[in-house]
Amino acid sequence: MKVRIDHERCQGHGRCYDLAPGLFGDDDEGYGTVLGDGTVPPGQEHDARLAELNCPERAIDVEEA
Amino acid sequence: MATDDRFTEDFREAREDELLGTIAEVVTGPVADWATDFSHVEPEWAADPYPIQDDLRQRCPIAHTGRFGGAWLPTRYEDVAAIAYDTERFSSRSIILSNFRPPRELAPIGGSPPISSDPPFHHDARKLLLPAFTKAAVHRQEPATRAFCHSLIDGFAGQDVVDAAGDYAQHIPIRVISDMLGFPPEDGPRFRVFVEDLLEGINLPPDERIERVSRLFDYLLVQVHDHIDNPRDDLTTYLLNAELYGHKLGPDHVVGTMALLLIAGIDTTWSAIGSSLWHLAKTPADRERLVAEPALLPTALEEFLRAFAPVTMARLVKEDMNWHGVDMKADDWILLSFPAANRDPAQFDRAAEVVIDRTVNRHAAFGLGIHRCVGSHLARMELRVALEVWLERIKEFTLADPAAVTWSAGQIRGPRSLPLRIR
Repeated sequence: MKVRIDHERCQGHGRCYDLAPGLFGDDDEGYGTVLGDGTVPPGQEHDARLAELNCPERAIDVEEA
Repeated sequence: MATDDRFTEDFREAREDELLGTIAEVVTGPVADWATDFSHVEPEWAADPYPIQDDLRQRCPIAHTGRFGGAWLPTRYEDVAAIAYDTERFSSRSIILSNFRPPRELAPIGGSPPISSDPPFHHDARKLLLPAFTKAAVHRQEPATRAFCHSLIDGFAGQDVVDAAGDYAQHIPIRVISDMLGFPPEDGPRFRVFVEDLLEGINLPPDERIERVSRLFDYLLVQVHDHIDNPRDDLTTYLLNAELYGHKLGPDHVVGTMALLLIAGIDTTWSAIGSSLWHLAKTPADRERLVAEPALLPTALEEFLRAFAPVTMARLVKEDMNWHGVDMKADDWILLSFPAANRDPAQFDRAAEVVIDRTVNRHAAFGLGIHRCVGSHLARMELRVALEVWLERIKEFTLADPAAVTWSAGQIRGPRSLPLRIR
């Protein structure tokens, strides 16, 4: 499983790095960033889904492996 | 003594010239039909807007009023979102709906950038503020915020009934933002007056409204001069030194942004804290569960933000057009109700209920699109700390007198008097 952020849509609400801090971080302006290459380690699939389902801008995409 | 020739008497006069806009007739009094005559400043709306919004969403999802010189009220999530995203057809040059429309020449900067700015200027003005309001940056305010919340509760000693709005919620964002701007903490009580003048005085006669708003700018200029003379590590000095396109910011920009940071941070967060405590005071099951399960608070807090979203914004229609079936005219207002969007059953299951363990919650309390609230991370921190400290210190509380709870009218909604029995 992999996560991605659509940077055209992200407005820096920060729901992803609040809910899934193992998968997302933020840049100097508060916009979301994907940690590493976005591969979701085992056990963090639920966090990935939560981030996707709570992004107000629908900027997060979770891709099934 | 340091000087800064941007802030002279000439600047004030130039600013006053800019206030030439158009003024609509003031209309007050009971609403005849919410679909054709709505008014968000009438007591019925302030007391409980949700049944009105739910009714409109069913029978007239883009309501109209002739008041304020003409305004539209969309209540469906999809319409609110579409307008928030459409900066081509809807301008932010005034985001507080009133009887005064600023001139079109005020765009794209507006009176209080970046909230009042349109693209492309908006992006550059916003970029200046974002680093000061990241989650990491606002985390530095957390220990002082927590200590301040405790000191407010210490002040309740010996009282059985306290006003959770006036004696608790209100003070927290005032202290936090005045620290960040570098304003004297003892000036806090004046900020409440500025907030009321700006946000709740929208239906006053225009001359009186302009007079009241100018009191805020008089105050801000005193702070500007104090910071020019004594620069320090705060947002006011930061704005005075900030540059855009190779130049320092214009005086209107500096003072307009200071006004935004002061006003936007106060009664919004005050409202969110107050509404959350109001809900918990009248819902023992939720209160008991949060006392027992503090780890649920971040999730519950998002639900309070959804169900009691304090902020409604405004836009101005740029050109005549037919939009989603209604004929909008240039300079019509849009009342952009994030609270109504947040209770749309097409977007949220059990939209009318407060579900404190709701895990899927794409609410729009902080707006959508390019104007996402710059202070959202700060607001979330303040709301979380305020509720954590309250629930840690006061585990049992009830509404002392439900009829004595009063709510603000206008675009920011929250309790302004909230008597709670705390023992």
